[in-house]
Amino acid sequence: MQDSTPALEITGLSKSFDRPAVNGLNLSVRRGEFYGLLGPNGAGKTTILRMVAGLLQPDSGQINILGIDAARDPVAAKRVVAWVSDEPMVYDRLTPLEYLEFIAGLWQVEASEAARRAEDLLGWLGLAPHAHERCGGFSKGMLQKVALAGALVHEPQLIILDEPLTGLDAGSARQVKDVLKARVASGVTVIMTTHILEVAERMAERIGVIAHGRLIAEGTLEELRVKAGRGDTSLEDIFLDLVAADADAEKVA
Amino acid sequence: MIAAPAPGSLLWFARHEIALNWRDWAALMTGGKRMRTYVALLVFASIAVVAHLIAASLLMPHIQTGIIADKATLAGLTGAGILFFTVMLSQAMESVTRAYYARADLDLILSSPASSRRLFAIRTLSIAGSTMMLSCLLAGPAINILAYYDSPAWLLAYGVMAVLAAIATAIAVGMTIALFRIAGPKRTRFIAQILAAIVGAGFLIGIQLVAILAFGQYARFSLFQSEAVLAAAPAADSLFWLPTRAAMGNGFAFGVLALAGFGLLALVIASSSASFGRYAVAAAGVPETRYKAQTKAKLFRRTSQKQVLRHKEWKLLARDPWLLSQTLMQILYLLPPALMLWLNYGQDAGMFIVVVPVLVMASGQLAGGLAWLAISGEDAHDLVVTAPVSPRAILTAKIQAVLGVIALVLAPLLLLMALSSPRAALVTGIGALLSAGSATLIQLWFRAQAKRAMFRRRQVSSRVATLSEAFASIMWAGTAAIAVTGAWLLAIIPAVIALIVMGIAKALSPKATD
Repeated sequence: MQDSTPALEITGLSKSFDRPAVNGLNLSVRRGEFYGLLGPNGAGKTTILRMVAGLLQPDSGQINILGIDAARDPVAAKRVVAWVSDEPMVYDRLTPLEYLEFIAGLWQVEASEAARRAEDLLGWLGLAPHAHERCGGFSKGMLQKVALAGALVHEPQLIILDEPLTGLDAGSARQVKDVLKARVASGVTVIMTTHILEVAERMAERIGVIAHGRLIAEGTLEELRVKAGRGDTSLEDIFLDLVAADADAEKVA
Repeated sequence: MIAAPAPGSLLWFARHEIALNWRDWAALMTGGKRMRTYVALLVFASIAVVAHLIAASLLMPHIQTGIIADKATLAGLTGAGILFFTVMLSQAMESVTRAYYARADLDLILSSPASSRRLFAIRTLSIAGSTMMLSCLLAGPAINILAYYDSPAWLLAYGVMAVLAAIATAIAVGMTIALFRIAGPKRTRFIAQILAAIVGAGFLIGIQLVAILAFGQYARFSLFQSEAVLAAAPAADSLFWLPTRAAMGNGFAFGVLALAGFGLLALVIASSSASFGRYAVAAAGVPETRYKAQTKAKLFRRTSQKQVLRHKEWKLLARDPWLLSQTLMQILYLLPPALMLWLNYGQDAGMFIVVVPVLVMASGQLAGGLAWLAISGEDAHDLVVTAPVSPRAILTAKIQAVLGVIALVLAPLLLLMALSSPRAALVTGIGALLSAGSATLIQLWFRAQAKRAMFRRRQVSSRVATLSEAFASIMWAGTAAIAVTGAWLLAIIPAVIALIVMGIAKALSPKATD
């Protein structure tokens, strides 16, 4: 029987810088779900995900990752999460294999298992021929794939990706999407922000739309169509309608 | 109304460069805050007053007895001049290399239809200007005191500084282009940086080494006043002293020197500016180079999280020759004390008073650089923070990595010292640990995430951190120097000052003032 505890449960999450960036957010993502988080620039998507990954301290609210209170036991929460940002977190002077060894060491993956997974991941992502080259000379797309391999080598239960397809060519983007789909099929939860709405439309089972640090709409593509009052239309049209309606409501408020 | 220079002209580029340099410098000095501008001006004025007082106290005895251009005076001034020139040459080499390798706006300008020759000419002149400024700031107090109390003719020394800066810049450009031709764009930057560091430190260390070998002491300038040097030096009316005579106010000597120096720079700019665009483009391709890992070490071994973090720090440092050279170049300054230790082995306990503080201070400075790399210069900050490791464990591992390198550098010297005086070795070890620990703590309190490539700018990113790091190291060096003589009670005074410096640094650190 599958555990019914959500992969991610966010309650009343708030964070302000010079202005509120996240404003009393409530969000629940089911296990084994591919969740797309959309929103205009500055909506607060990255701030939300950085708080979930433990990179930012919330002002208030609670984050539970697979039932673990991230504030109370951050190390346990981090053990099951992987974070991939649009800026690849890779060391120029390590090779992809050495980078994966470093991450496996941080997550304390058993050595022989880590070596096997590293070999598999580099193969899947087309990086095997470059496994012994230092990352310094890699293109943005290759670096992003190395970072993704790093995120997957410790087999996380929740993968958080912030604009992972930025700068990738069509082939690399396909490889990344295939790897993510395979992970979701095996029960892993993926939360991804993207400005490429077509990707969200095709890959995400549910989509959350964020504006002004709040969740303004959530559901499957069909549910969003109903909410926006538009029939057979694209996610792009729905997204633009929802964001425009929220902007109008903000102005009135 | 003055008409704006035509776009793409020499004057237009000059205006662009001056505006950028000024804003860069002002931002570094003030952090963009008006209050800090006043504070910076006040600090500069205070330093200038103190520097003039020191210069006056050193020079007044000579001025009162009358300065004549005899062989001893010429030799002493020439020694000081060579020292300034090596510093200028080192700075010019650094700046010229950066002109080729730092991308910043280079890609934009090189991809525009504007002339890269003009850009290079202006950047080279700007390097000569900034090189001259540094030396004038350093030598200014002495020149001013001499001009005021002895003769206004000494003001010509400022002109000599400008000529020396032009010569240093011309040599630096020539050397960089030669390196591009001989070693290629991949290695030029690294070799040039090493050469710059060796040139900068080489003369000072060289005369220290000669002084130690000849007189058994550190005194640098006594070498130029020694009978042996004066006997070997050319006669007082020799052309060899022309630059020194120019600095002393001889107009004809200055004219000849200026013609030669500025002429050389003009010649070098004219002959090398055509190749600037080509070499800058070649340098731009260097980051694209892929390096095959040479390591045969077995990967995926079972290790602890702290071990993994320590090994990563050491591996990254070992694989970055530029960073390594920048960081470990301070080891060069350990050569003279090492030589003293070697020569005086088992004979002279008094030499520890000189050697111990040098080692303690060098440890602090080395630790400051390494700690910045490990703590602030984390290129994959988000990755390390999202790993299931407590922040405390991450910091512990990084501090261990820093102290490990210090221990490796210091161990042979401490061992040599221990064979002669175990007590001196113990005092040095404790002093070095305190000095390195203080520098590391300061870097921890003032940490600000940055790319490792920003290493050179770490010292200007927080002046409080840099100054407190230096003061704490000096105080711990003083503590160790006094302690090694056995005056333990007296050693408490600099130790307390070091702790006060640390306390002030902690209070002024960004976390404390948030």
